Amino acid sequence: MRILAIESSAVTASVAILTDDTLTAEYTINYKKTHSQTLLPMIDEICDMTDVKPDEFDVVAVSTGPGSFTGLRIGVATGKGIALATGIKMAAVPTLDAMAMNMYGTGKLICAVMDARRQHLYNNIFFFDENNRLCRCREQSLDSYDQLAAELNGLNRDVIFVGDGINAAREYFDKYLTCKYEYAPAHMTTQRAGSVAMLAMQMAAENKLVDADDVKPDYLRPSQAEREFAQKKEPK
Amino acid sequence: MESSMKEQEEVLILAIESSCDETAAAVVKNGRTVLSNIINSQIDIHTLYGGVVPEIASRKHIENINPVINMALKEANVTLDDITAIAVTYGPGLVGALLVGVAEAKAIAFAKNKPLVGVHHIEGHISANYIEHPELEPPFAALVVSGGHTHLVMVNDYGDYEIIGRTRDDAAGEAFDKVARAVGLGYPGGPKIDKLAKEGNPHAIEFPRAHVEDSPYDFSFSGIKSAVLNYINQCEMKNEEINKADLVASFQNAVVDALVSRAMMLVKERNIDKLAIAGGVASNSALREALSSACEENGIKYYSPSPKLCTDNAAMIGAAGYYDYIKGVRHGFDLNAVPNLKLGERI
Repeated sequence: MRILAIESSAVTASVAILTDDTLTAEYTINYKKTHSQTLLPMIDEICDMTDVKPDEFDVVAVSTGPGSFTGLRIGVATGKGIALATGIKMAAVPTLDAMAMNMYGTGKLICAVMDARRQHLYNNIFFFDENNRLCRCREQSLDSYDQLAAELNGLNRDVIFVGDGINAAREYFDKYLTCKYEYAPAHMTTQRAGSVAMLAMQMAAENKLVDADDVKPDYLRPSQAEREFAQKKEPK
Repeated sequence: MESSMKEQEEVLILAIESSCDETAAAVVKNGRTVLSNIINSQIDIHTLYGGVVPEIASRKHIENINPVINMALKEANVTLDDITAIAVTYGPGLVGALLVGVAEAKAIAFAKNKPLVGVHHIEGHISANYIEHPELEPPFAALVVSGGHTHLVMVNDYGDYEIIGRTRDDAAGEAFDKVARAVGLGYPGGPKIDKLAKEGNPHAIEFPRAHVEDSPYDFSFSGIKSAVLNYINQCEMKNEEINKADLVASFQNAVVDALVSRAMMLVKERNIDKLAIAGGVASNSALREALSSACEENGIKYYSPSPKLCTDNAAMIGAAGYYDYIKGVRHGFDLNAVPNLKLGERI
Protein backbone atom coordinates (compact mmCIF):
# COMPACT_ATOMS: atom_id res chain seq x y z
CA MET A 1 0.00 0.00 0.00
CA ARG A 2 1.25 3.45 -0.93
CA ILE A 3 0.01 6.47 1.01
CA LEU A 4 0.50 10.14 0.16
CA ALA A 5 0.24 12.27 3.32
CA ILE A 6 -0.30 16.02 3.46
CA GLU A 7 0.13 18.25 6.51
CA SER A 8 -0.47 22.03 6.35
CA SER A 9 -2.35 22.83 9.55
CA ALA A 10 0.06 25.51 10.74
CA VAL A 11 3.30 27.17 9.58
CA THR A 12 4.84 23.78 8.76
CA ALA A 13 4.28 22.38 5.28
CA SER A 14 5.01 18.66 5.17
CA VAL A 15 4.38 15.89 2.64
CA ALA A 16 5.32 12.22 2.79
CA ILE A 17 5.03 8.92 0.97
CA LEU A 18 4.64 5.77 3.03
CA THR A 19 5.19 2.62 0.96
CA ASP A 20 4.09 -0.35 3.07
CA ASP A 21 6.50 -0.23 6.02
CA THR A 22 8.91 2.24 4.49
CA LEU A 23 8.72 6.00 4.66
CA THR A 24 10.07 6.45 1.14
CA ALA A 25 9.85 10.24 1.24
CA GLU A 26 9.23 13.02 3.71
CA TYR A 27 9.70 16.70 2.95
CA THR A 28 9.08 19.31 5.63
CA ILE A 29 9.46 23.06 5.42
CA ASN A 30 9.01 25.09 8.56
CA TYR A 31 9.12 28.54 7.09
CA LYS A 32 6.57 31.26 6.58
CA LYS A 33 5.97 30.82 2.83
CA THR A 34 2.33 30.31 1.89
CA HIS A 35 1.20 26.69 1.60
CA SER A 36 -0.58 27.57 -1.61
CA GLN A 37 2.80 28.09 -3.26
CA THR A 38 4.80 25.33 -1.54
CA LEU A 39 2.60 22.29 -0.94
CA LEU A 40 1.91 20.98 -4.44
CA PRO A 41 5.45 21.67 -5.73
CA MET A 42 6.70 19.67 -2.71
CA ILE A 43 4.39 16.76 -3.58
CA ASP A 44 5.52 16.95 -7.19
CA GLU A 45 9.13 16.86 -6.04
CA ILE A 46 8.85 13.79 -3.78
CA CYS A 47 6.93 11.90 -6.48
CA ASP A 48 9.64 12.78 -8.96
CA MET A 49 12.45 11.84 -6.56
CA THR A 50 10.93 8.44 -5.79
CA ASP A 51 9.68 7.66 -9.32
CA VAL A 52 6.04 7.57 -8.28
CA LYS A 53 3.24 8.72 -10.56
CA PRO A 54 0.20 10.42 -9.02
CA ASP A 55 -2.05 7.53 -10.04
CA GLU A 56 0.11 5.04 -8.11
CA PHE A 57 -1.21 6.00 -4.66
CA ASP A 58 -3.76 3.85 -2.85
CA VAL A 59 -4.70 6.43 -0.23
CA VAL A 60 -4.29 10.16 0.21
CA ALA A 61 -4.13 11.22 3.85
CA VAL A 62 -4.73 14.75 5.08
CA SER A 63 -4.25 16.38 8.42
CA THR A 64 -7.77 17.66 9.16
CA GLY A 65 -7.11 20.04 12.02
CA PRO A 66 -7.48 21.88 14.20
CA GLY A 67 -5.17 24.63 12.99
CA SER A 68 -5.02 27.58 10.64
CA PHE A 69 -8.37 27.65 8.82
CA THR A 70 -6.84 28.57 5.49
CA GLY A 71 -3.85 26.25 5.89
CA LEU A 72 -6.15 23.31 6.62
CA ARG A 73 -8.28 24.06 3.58
CA ILE A 74 -5.28 24.24 1.25
CA GLY A 75 -4.11 20.81 2.44
CA VAL A 76 -7.57 19.26 2.42
CA ALA A 77 -8.45 20.69 -1.03
CA THR A 78 -5.14 19.40 -2.39
CA GLY A 79 -5.90 15.93 -1.02
CA LYS A 80 -9.48 16.01 -2.25
CA GLY A 81 -8.37 17.07 -5.73
CA ILE A 82 -5.89 14.21 -5.98
CA ALA A 83 -8.48 11.74 -4.65
CA LEU A 84 -11.10 13.02 -7.09
CA ALA A 85 -8.72 12.73 -10.02
CA THR A 86 -7.45 9.24 -9.16
CA GLY A 87 -10.56 7.76 -7.56
CA ILE A 88 -8.82 6.71 -4.35
CA LYS A 89 -10.04 6.85 -0.76
CA MET A 90 -8.87 9.34 1.83
CA ALA A 91 -7.72 9.14 5.42
CA ALA A 92 -8.89 12.06 7.57
CA VAL A 93 -6.21 12.23 10.25
CA PRO A 94 -6.70 14.52 13.27
CA THR A 95 -3.70 16.88 13.43
CA LEU A 96 -3.11 16.60 17.18
CA ASP A 97 -3.13 12.78 17.02
CA ALA A 98 -0.49 12.86 14.30
CA MET A 99 1.63 15.24 16.40
CA ALA A 100 1.38 12.87 19.37
CA MET A 101 2.65 10.06 17.09
CA ASN A 102 5.96 11.95 16.95
CA MET A 103 6.50 10.77 20.55
CA TYR A 104 5.91 7.10 19.75
CA GLY A 105 6.39 4.72 22.67
CA THR A 106 6.82 7.23 25.48
CA GLY A 107 5.50 6.24 28.91
CA LYS A 108 4.55 9.83 29.67
CA LEU A 109 1.36 11.66 28.88
CA ILE A 110 1.65 13.57 25.62
CA CYS A 111 0.01 16.94 25.45
CA ALA A 112 -0.24 18.23 21.85
CA VAL A 113 -0.76 21.98 21.75
CA MET A 114 -1.34 24.36 18.85
CA ASP A 115 -1.48 28.12 19.19
CA ALA A 116 -5.10 29.22 18.79
CA ARG A 117 -4.31 32.87 19.68
CA ARG A 118 -6.03 34.91 22.40
CA GLN A 119 -4.31 32.87 25.16
CA HIS A 120 -5.95 29.68 23.90
CA LEU A 121 -4.61 26.34 22.69
CA TYR A 122 -6.07 23.65 20.48
CA ASN A 123 -5.05 20.63 22.47
CA ASN A 124 -5.46 17.02 23.40
CA ILE A 125 -3.82 14.63 25.85
CA PHE A 126 -2.62 11.18 24.77
CA PHE A 127 -0.79 8.11 26.02
CA PHE A 128 0.59 4.93 24.46
CA ASP A 129 -0.97 1.74 25.85
CA GLU A 130 0.88 -1.53 26.58
CA ASN A 131 0.76 -2.40 22.86
CA ASN A 132 2.20 1.02 22.02
CA ARG A 133 -1.04 2.11 20.46
CA LEU A 134 -1.85 5.82 20.59
CA CYS A 135 -4.87 6.52 22.85
CA ARG A 136 -6.72 9.73 23.58
CA CYS A 137 -7.38 10.63 27.23
CA ARG A 138 -10.37 12.67 26.07
CA GLU A 139 -11.75 14.50 23.01
CA GLN A 140 -9.66 17.30 21.51
CA SER A 141 -10.65 20.79 22.57
CA LEU A 142 -9.96 24.51 22.53
CA ASP A 143 -8.97 25.71 26.01
CA SER A 144 -7.38 28.73 27.63
CA TYR A 145 -3.87 28.37 29.04
CA ASP A 146 -5.23 28.29 32.58
CA GLN A 147 -7.89 25.66 31.81
CA LEU A 148 -5.32 23.31 30.30
CA ALA A 149 -2.73 23.93 33.04
CA ALA A 150 -5.35 23.21 35.71
CA GLU A 151 -6.31 19.97 33.97
CA LEU A 152 -2.69 18.78 33.71
CA ASN A 153 -1.97 19.76 37.32
CA GLY A 154 -5.02 17.75 38.33
CA LEU A 155 -3.80 14.66 36.44
CA ASN A 156 -0.42 15.06 38.14
CA ARG A 157 1.46 12.80 35.71
CA ASP A 158 4.67 13.30 33.75
CA VAL A 159 3.79 15.25 30.62
CA ILE A 160 5.68 15.92 27.42
CA PHE A 161 4.44 18.77 25.25
CA VAL A 162 4.57 18.79 21.46
CA GLY A 163 3.52 21.49 19.02
CA ASP A 164 3.85 25.18 18.25
CA GLY A 165 1.59 26.02 21.19
CA ILE A 166 4.69 25.55 23.36
CA ASN A 167 6.23 28.79 22.15
CA ALA A 168 3.02 30.68 22.79
CA ALA A 169 2.30 29.27 26.26
CA ARG A 170 5.79 28.47 27.57
CA GLU A 171 5.94 31.46 29.90
CA TYR A 172 2.53 30.63 31.36
CA PHE A 173 3.28 26.93 31.77
CA ASP A 174 6.63 27.59 33.44
CA LYS A 175 4.88 29.77 35.96
CA TYR A 176 1.77 27.72 36.72
CA LEU A 177 2.38 24.02 35.99
CA THR A 178 2.94 21.97 39.14
CA CYS A 179 3.15 18.54 37.43
CA LYS A 180 6.42 17.25 35.97
CA TYR A 181 6.69 18.33 32.34
CA GLU A 182 9.10 18.84 29.49
CA TYR A 183 9.02 20.19 25.95
CA ALA A 184 9.75 17.99 22.94
CA PRO A 185 12.94 18.92 21.06
CA ALA A 186 12.77 20.67 17.68
CA HIS A 187 12.90 17.51 15.55
CA MET A 188 9.89 15.99 17.33
CA THR A 189 7.68 18.99 17.99
CA THR A 190 6.61 20.15 14.54
CA GLN A 191 3.87 18.57 12.46
CA ARG A 192 5.20 15.78 10.24
CA ALA A 193 3.43 14.23 7.28
CA GLY A 194 5.25 10.97 8.12
CA SER A 195 3.23 10.76 11.34
CA VAL A 196 0.03 11.54 9.42
CA ALA A 197 0.88 8.67 7.06
CA MET A 198 1.47 6.24 9.96
CA LEU A 199 -1.97 6.93 11.40
CA ALA A 200 -3.48 6.68 7.90
CA MET A 201 -1.96 3.21 7.53
CA GLN A 202 -3.61 2.25 10.82
CA MET A 203 -6.94 3.68 9.61
CA ALA A 204 -6.67 1.69 6.38
CA ALA A 205 -6.14 -1.51 8.37
CA GLU A 206 -9.23 -0.70 10.44
CA ASN A 207 -11.45 0.15 7.44
CA LYS A 208 -11.68 3.77 8.51
CA LEU A 209 -10.91 5.31 5.12
CA VAL A 210 -13.51 7.70 3.73
CA ASP A 211 -14.76 9.10 0.42
CA ALA A 212 -13.17 12.37 -0.68
CA ASP A 213 -16.63 13.98 -0.79
CA ASP A 214 -16.96 13.58 2.96
CA VAL A 215 -13.61 15.00 4.05
CA LYS A 216 -13.59 18.46 5.59
CA PRO A 217 -11.43 20.24 8.13
CA ASP A 218 -12.22 19.96 11.82
CA TYR A 219 -11.74 23.58 12.91
CA LEU A 220 -12.75 23.22 16.58
CA ARG A 221 -13.73 26.87 16.42
CA PRO A 222 -16.74 28.42 14.70
CA SER A 223 -16.13 31.44 12.47
CA GLN A 224 -16.24 34.83 14.17
CA ALA A 225 -19.55 35.66 12.47
CA GLU A 226 -21.10 32.44 13.80
CA ARG A 227 -19.82 33.14 17.32
CA GLU A 228 -21.24 36.66 17.29
CA PHE A 229 -24.51 35.44 15.83
CA ALA A 230 -24.87 32.81 18.58
CA GLN A 231 -24.13 35.42 21.24
CA LYS A 232 -26.82 37.74 19.91
CA LYS A 233 -29.39 34.97 20.03
CA GLU A 234 -28.62 34.07 23.63
CA PRO A 235 -30.89 35.86 26.12
CA LYS A 236 -29.02 38.34 28.29
CA MET B 1 -3.97 32.95 -37.51
CA GLU B 2 -1.40 30.87 -35.64
CA SER B 3 -4.01 29.22 -33.45
CA SER B 4 -6.22 28.00 -36.32
CA MET B 5 -4.75 24.49 -36.12
CA LYS B 6 -5.52 24.19 -32.45
CA GLU B 7 -8.99 25.60 -32.87
CA GLN B 8 -9.97 22.76 -35.14
CA GLU B 9 -9.35 20.29 -32.35
CA GLU B 10 -11.96 19.82 -29.72
CA VAL B 11 -10.79 21.55 -26.57
CA LEU B 12 -12.65 20.63 -23.39
CA ILE B 13 -12.05 22.83 -20.37
CA LEU B 14 -12.99 21.81 -16.84
CA ALA B 15 -13.51 25.13 -15.07
CA ILE B 16 -13.69 25.80 -11.34
CA GLU B 17 -14.88 29.01 -9.66
CA SER B 18 -14.94 29.77 -5.92
CA SER B 19 -14.11 33.47 -5.64
CA CYS B 20 -17.08 34.48 -3.50
CA ASP B 21 -20.13 32.57 -2.27
CA GLU B 22 -20.80 30.26 -5.19
CA THR B 23 -19.03 26.91 -5.58
CA ALA B 24 -19.16 26.21 -9.29
CA ALA B 25 -17.76 23.83 -11.88
CA ALA B 26 -18.42 23.51 -15.60
CA VAL B 27 -17.27 21.72 -18.71
CA VAL B 28 -17.03 23.97 -21.77
CA LYS B 29 -16.22 22.91 -25.33
CA ASN B 30 -14.14 25.22 -27.54
CA GLY B 31 -14.93 28.22 -25.37
CA ARG B 32 -18.51 28.59 -26.54
CA THR B 33 -20.49 25.41 -25.90
CA VAL B 34 -21.48 24.67 -22.31
CA LEU B 35 -21.73 20.93 -21.65
CA SER B 36 -22.46 21.43 -17.96
CA ASN B 37 -22.68 24.34 -15.54
CA ILE B 38 -23.14 23.40 -11.89
CA ILE B 39 -23.57 26.16 -9.30
CA ASN B 40 -23.92 25.56 -5.58
CA SER B 41 -25.07 28.88 -4.14
CA GLN B 42 -24.65 29.66 -0.47
CA ILE B 43 -26.91 32.69 -0.55
CA ASP B 44 -29.37 31.33 2.04
CA ILE B 45 -26.61 30.98 4.63
CA HIS B 46 -25.14 34.44 4.05
CA THR B 47 -28.57 36.08 4.09
CA LEU B 48 -28.65 35.25 7.81
CA TYR B 49 -25.66 37.54 8.30
CA GLY B 50 -26.75 40.31 5.93
CA GLY B 51 -23.88 39.72 3.52
CA VAL B 52 -21.19 37.29 2.48
CA VAL B 53 -19.09 36.09 5.43
CA PRO B 54 -15.70 35.12 3.96
CA GLU B 55 -14.85 32.38 6.49
CA ILE B 56 -18.25 30.72 6.14
CA ALA B 57 -17.99 30.90 2.35
CA SER B 58 -14.59 29.19 2.47
CA ARG B 59 -15.92 26.45 4.77
CA LYS B 60 -18.80 25.75 2.43
CA HIS B 61 -16.50 25.65 -0.60
CA ILE B 62 -14.35 22.87 0.84
CA GLU B 63 -17.46 20.82 1.66
CA ASN B 64 -19.12 21.29 -1.71
CA ILE B 65 -16.29 21.35 -4.20
CA ASN B 66 -15.87 17.63 -4.94
CA PRO B 67 -19.58 16.87 -5.46
CA VAL B 68 -19.90 19.98 -7.65
CA ILE B 69 -16.96 18.97 -9.87
CA ASN B 70 -18.17 15.37 -10.11
CA MET B 71 -21.64 16.57 -11.07
CA ALA B 72 -20.19 18.85 -13.78
CA LEU B 73 -18.25 15.92 -15.29
CA LYS B 74 -21.23 13.59 -15.06
CA GLU B 75 -23.69 16.03 -16.59
CA ALA B 76 -21.26 16.72 -19.45
CA ASN B 77 -20.95 12.96 -19.87
CA VAL B 78 -17.15 13.11 -19.83
CA THR B 79 -14.35 11.89 -17.59
CA LEU B 80 -11.22 13.76 -16.55
CA ASP B 81 -9.36 11.79 -19.25
CA ASP B 82 -11.42 13.62 -21.90
CA ILE B 83 -10.56 17.03 -20.45
CA THR B 84 -7.91 19.09 -22.29
CA ALA B 85 -7.07 21.56 -19.51
CA ILE B 86 -8.18 22.74 -16.07
CA ALA B 87 -9.15 26.40 -15.68
CA VAL B 88 -9.63 28.07 -12.31
CA THR B 89 -10.43 31.54 -11.03
CA TYR B 90 -7.38 32.83 -9.12
CA GLY B 91 -8.53 36.42 -8.55
CA PRO B 92 -9.93 38.85 -7.77
CA GLY B 93 -12.12 37.71 -4.88
CA LEU B 94 -12.05 36.55 -1.28
CA VAL B 95 -8.63 35.02 -0.67
CA GLY B 96 -9.78 32.12 1.52
CA ALA B 97 -12.54 31.26 -0.91
CA LEU B 98 -10.28 31.50 -3.98
CA LEU B 99 -7.67 29.24 -2.36
CA VAL B 100 -10.06 26.29 -2.15
CA GLY B 101 -10.70 26.30 -5.89
CA VAL B 102 -7.06 27.01 -6.73
CA ALA B 103 -5.72 24.18 -4.50
CA GLU B 104 -8.30 21.73 -5.85
CA ALA B 105 -7.68 22.68 -9.49
CA LYS B 106 -3.91 22.43 -9.11
CA ALA B 107 -4.22 18.99 -7.47
CA ILE B 108 -6.42 17.71 -10.30
CA ALA B 109 -4.07 19.13 -12.93
CA PHE B 110 -1.14 17.48 -11.12
CA ALA B 111 -2.82 14.10 -10.66
CA LYS B 112 -4.09 13.89 -14.26
CA ASN B 113 -1.09 15.63 -15.83
CA LYS B 114 -3.27 18.30 -17.48
CA PRO B 115 -2.36 21.92 -18.27
CA LEU B 116 -3.50 24.46 -15.67
CA VAL B 117 -4.86 27.86 -16.67
CA GLY B 118 -5.51 30.54 -14.03
CA VAL B 119 -8.37 32.81 -15.07
CA HIS B 120 -9.27 36.37 -14.06
CA HIS B 121 -12.77 36.46 -12.60
CA ILE B 122 -13.81 39.59 -14.50
CA GLU B 123 -12.48 38.23 -17.79
CA GLY B 124 -14.78 35.33 -17.03
CA HIS B 125 -17.78 37.61 -16.61
CA ILE B 126 -17.04 39.34 -19.92
CA SER B 127 -16.54 35.96 -21.63
CA ALA B 128 -20.02 34.83 -20.54
CA ASN B 129 -21.11 36.79 -23.61
CA TYR B 130 -19.17 34.42 -25.90
CA ILE B 131 -21.33 31.57 -24.66
CA GLU B 132 -24.59 33.37 -25.23
CA HIS B 133 -23.62 35.04 -28.51
CA PRO B 134 -21.65 32.78 -30.89
CA GLU B 135 -21.20 35.67 -33.34
CA LEU B 136 -19.60 38.04 -30.82
CA GLU B 137 -15.92 38.64 -31.43
CA PRO B 138 -13.52 41.35 -30.28
CA PRO B 139 -13.12 44.25 -30.49
CA PHE B 140 -16.04 45.41 -28.37
CA ALA B 141 -16.73 47.55 -25.32
CA ALA B 142 -17.81 45.86 -22.08
CA LEU B 143 -19.50 47.21 -18.98
CA VAL B 144 -18.80 44.97 -15.97
CA VAL B 145 -21.00 45.59 -12.95
CA SER B 146 -21.19 43.39 -9.88
CA GLY B 147 -21.10 43.44 -6.11
CA GLY B 148 -17.34 43.88 -6.13
CA HIS B 149 -16.56 45.46 -9.49
CA THR B 150 -17.56 48.32 -11.76
CA HIS B 151 -15.41 48.50 -14.87
CA LEU B 152 -15.72 49.96 -18.31
CA VAL B 153 -13.43 47.92 -20.53
CA MET B 154 -12.27 47.73 -24.13
CA VAL B 155 -11.85 44.12 -25.23
CA ASN B 156 -9.36 44.70 -28.03
CA ASP B 157 -8.78 41.00 -28.70
CA TYR B 158 -9.24 37.69 -26.93
CA GLY B 159 -7.35 38.02 -23.65
CA ASP B 160 -6.46 41.66 -24.38
CA TYR B 161 -8.29 44.00 -22.03
CA GLU B 162 -7.92 47.73 -21.63
CA ILE B 163 -9.53 49.31 -18.58
CA ILE B 164 -11.15 52.61 -19.59
CA GLY B 165 -13.04 53.47 -16.42
CA ARG B 166 -13.52 52.08 -12.94
CA THR B 167 -15.22 52.99 -9.72
CA ARG B 168 -13.30 55.21 -7.34
CA ASP B 169 -15.18 53.97 -4.28
CA ASP B 170 -18.11 51.56 -3.97
CA ALA B 171 -18.92 49.03 -6.66
CA ALA B 172 -22.41 49.48 -8.15
CA GLY B 173 -23.65 46.27 -6.53
CA GLU B 174 -22.24 47.35 -3.18
CA ALA B 175 -24.26 50.59 -3.39
CA PHE B 176 -27.37 48.52 -4.13
CA ASP B 177 -26.73 46.34 -1.07
CA LYS B 178 -26.12 49.32 1.22
CA VAL B 179 -29.20 51.21 0.06
CA ALA B 180 -31.33 48.06 0.34
CA ARG B 181 -30.13 47.63 3.91
CA ALA B 182 -30.91 51.28 4.76
CA VAL B 183 -34.42 50.95 3.36
CA GLY B 184 -34.91 47.66 5.19
CA LEU B 185 -35.12 45.41 2.14
CA GLY B 186 -32.36 43.08 3.30
CA TYR B 187 -29.75 41.08 1.43
CA PRO B 188 -29.11 40.63 -1.45
CA GLY B 189 -30.06 44.18 -2.30
CA GLY B 190 -29.88 44.12 -6.10
CA PRO B 191 -32.85 41.88 -6.97
CA LYS B 192 -34.97 43.38 -4.18
CA ILE B 193 -34.42 46.96 -5.34
CA ASP B 194 -34.98 45.90 -8.94
CA LYS B 195 -38.38 44.46 -8.01
CA LEU B 196 -39.58 47.29 -5.77
CA ALA B 197 -38.35 49.98 -8.20
CA LYS B 198 -40.84 48.74 -10.78
CA GLU B 199 -43.61 50.15 -8.56
CA GLY B 200 -41.93 53.54 -8.07
CA ASN B 201 -41.30 56.75 -10.00
CA PRO B 202 -37.64 56.91 -11.08
CA HIS B 203 -37.82 60.71 -11.33
CA ALA B 204 -39.46 61.31 -7.94
CA ILE B 205 -36.19 62.34 -6.30
CA GLU B 206 -33.16 63.77 -8.10
CA PHE B 207 -29.97 62.18 -6.79
CA PRO B 208 -26.56 63.48 -7.89
CA ARG B 209 -24.68 61.86 -10.77
CA ALA B 210 -21.14 62.05 -9.49
CA HIS B 211 -18.39 62.87 -11.95
CA VAL B 212 -14.78 62.16 -11.21
CA GLU B 213 -12.66 65.12 -12.12
CA ASP B 214 -10.22 64.59 -15.02
CA SER B 215 -11.47 61.00 -15.40
CA PRO B 216 -14.68 61.19 -17.41
CA TYR B 217 -14.96 57.41 -17.58
CA ASP B 218 -14.57 56.70 -13.87
CA PHE B 219 -17.52 56.02 -11.60
CA SER B 220 -18.32 57.08 -8.05
CA PHE B 221 -21.26 55.57 -6.25
CA SER B 222 -20.62 56.47 -2.63
CA GLY B 223 -21.99 59.97 -3.29
CA ILE B 224 -25.29 58.62 -4.58
CA LYS B 225 -25.46 56.20 -1.69
CA SER B 226 -24.80 59.00 0.85
CA ALA B 227 -27.45 61.19 -0.78
CA VAL B 228 -29.96 58.38 -0.33
CA LEU B 229 -28.99 57.91 3.31
CA ASN B 230 -29.20 61.67 3.92
CA TYR B 231 -32.61 61.77 2.29
CA ILE B 232 -33.83 59.00 4.62
CA ASN B 233 -32.43 60.84 7.67
CA GLN B 234 -34.05 64.12 6.67
CA CYS B 235 -37.43 62.47 6.20
CA GLU B 236 -37.13 60.77 9.56
CA MET B 237 -36.26 64.07 11.26
CA LYS B 238 -39.24 65.76 9.66
CA ASN B 239 -41.41 62.75 10.48
CA GLU B 240 -42.28 62.39 6.82
CA GLU B 241 -43.16 58.97 5.53
CA ILE B 242 -40.80 57.67 2.87
CA ASN B 243 -42.16 56.26 -0.35
CA LYS B 244 -39.72 53.36 -0.56
CA ALA B 245 -40.65 52.45 -4.12
CA ASP B 246 -40.01 56.02 -5.35
CA LEU B 247 -36.80 56.19 -3.36
CA VAL B 248 -35.25 52.99 -4.71
CA ALA B 249 -36.51 53.70 -8.23
CA SER B 250 -34.82 57.12 -8.14
CA PHE B 251 -31.63 55.66 -6.69
CA GLN B 252 -31.55 52.90 -9.29
CA ASN B 253 -32.18 55.45 -12.02
CA ALA B 254 -29.19 57.53 -10.88
CA VAL B 255 -26.91 54.46 -10.91
CA VAL B 256 -28.18 53.24 -14.28
CA ASP B 257 -27.77 56.71 -15.74
CA ALA B 258 -24.15 56.91 -14.57
CA LEU B 259 -23.39 53.51 -16.10
CA VAL B 260 -25.20 53.99 -19.40
CA SER B 261 -23.91 57.52 -20.07
CA ARG B 262 -20.25 56.48 -19.74
CA ALA B 263 -20.71 53.31 -21.79
CA MET B 264 -22.29 55.36 -24.60
CA MET B 265 -19.54 57.95 -24.39
CA LEU B 266 -16.95 55.21 -24.90
CA VAL B 267 -18.55 53.52 -27.90
CA LYS B 268 -19.03 56.85 -29.61
CA GLU B 269 -15.54 58.14 -28.94
CA ARG B 270 -13.84 54.90 -30.00
CA ASN B 271 -16.29 54.36 -32.83
CA ILE B 272 -17.16 50.88 -31.57
CA ASP B 273 -20.32 49.18 -32.79
CA LYS B 274 -20.62 46.49 -30.10
CA LEU B 275 -21.31 46.76 -26.37
CA ALA B 276 -21.60 43.86 -23.94
CA ILE B 277 -22.56 43.87 -20.28
CA ALA B 278 -21.47 41.41 -17.65
CA GLY B 279 -21.49 40.73 -13.92
CA GLY B 280 -24.16 40.16 -11.28
CA VAL B 281 -25.70 43.64 -11.62
CA ALA B 282 -26.02 43.02 -15.37
CA SER B 283 -29.15 41.05 -14.51
CA ASN B 284 -30.79 44.27 -13.24
CA SER B 285 -33.79 44.81 -15.50
CA ALA B 286 -33.65 48.63 -15.51
CA LEU B 287 -29.99 48.57 -16.52
CA ARG B 288 -30.64 46.04 -19.28
CA GLU B 289 -33.55 48.06 -20.67
CA ALA B 290 -31.71 51.38 -20.52
CA LEU B 291 -28.58 49.99 -22.19
CA SER B 292 -30.49 48.14 -24.83
CA SER B 293 -32.53 51.19 -25.85
CA ALA B 294 -29.48 53.48 -25.74
CA CYS B 295 -27.67 51.03 -28.03
CA GLU B 296 -30.63 50.84 -30.37
CA GLU B 297 -30.81 54.64 -30.63
CA ASN B 298 -27.13 54.81 -31.50
CA GLY B 299 -27.01 51.87 -33.90
CA ILE B 300 -24.86 49.74 -31.60
CA LYS B 301 -25.25 46.01 -31.22
CA TYR B 302 -26.01 45.18 -27.62
CA TYR B 303 -25.00 41.88 -25.97
CA SER B 304 -25.98 40.54 -22.59
CA PRO B 305 -25.72 37.10 -21.01
CA SER B 306 -28.86 35.50 -19.62
CA PRO B 307 -29.26 36.07 -15.85
CA LYS B 308 -27.89 32.60 -15.02
CA LEU B 309 -24.64 33.48 -16.75
CA CYS B 310 -24.51 36.94 -15.12
CA THR B 311 -24.11 35.60 -11.60
CA ASP B 312 -20.88 33.88 -10.63
CA ASN B 313 -20.53 30.60 -12.52
CA ALA B 314 -17.81 28.37 -13.89
CA ALA B 315 -19.02 28.22 -17.51
CA MET B 316 -17.78 31.78 -18.00
CA ILE B 317 -14.40 30.76 -16.53
CA GLY B 318 -14.35 27.89 -19.02
CA ALA B 319 -14.98 30.33 -21.88
CA ALA B 320 -12.25 32.75 -20.77
CA GLY B 321 -9.97 29.81 -19.93
CA TYR B 322 -10.34 28.42 -23.43
CA TYR B 323 -9.07 31.61 -25.07
CA ASP B 324 -6.23 31.83 -22.53
CA TYR B 325 -5.37 28.20 -23.21
CA ILE B 326 -5.33 28.77 -26.98
CA LYS B 327 -3.03 31.76 -26.45
CA GLY B 328 -0.64 29.53 -24.52
CA VAL B 329 -1.33 30.74 -20.97
CA ARG B 330 -0.13 28.08 -18.49
CA HIS B 331 0.27 28.22 -14.73
CA GLY B 332 2.50 26.15 -12.46
CA PHE B 333 1.79 24.19 -9.28
CA ASP B 334 2.82 27.26 -7.31
CA LEU B 335 -0.16 29.27 -8.60
CA ASN B 336 -1.50 31.34 -5.72
CA ALA B 337 -4.79 33.14 -5.19
CA VAL B 338 -4.47 36.87 -5.91
CA PRO B 339 -7.36 38.62 -4.16
CA ASN B 340 -6.77 42.01 -5.83
CA LEU B 341 -5.72 40.78 -9.27
CA LYS B 342 -6.03 43.58 -11.82
CA LEU B 343 -7.80 43.11 -15.12
CA GLY B 344 -5.34 42.37 -17.90
CA GLU B 345 -2.61 41.55 -15.35
CA ARG B 346 -0.83 38.20 -15.49
CA ILE B 347 0.82 36.61 -12.47
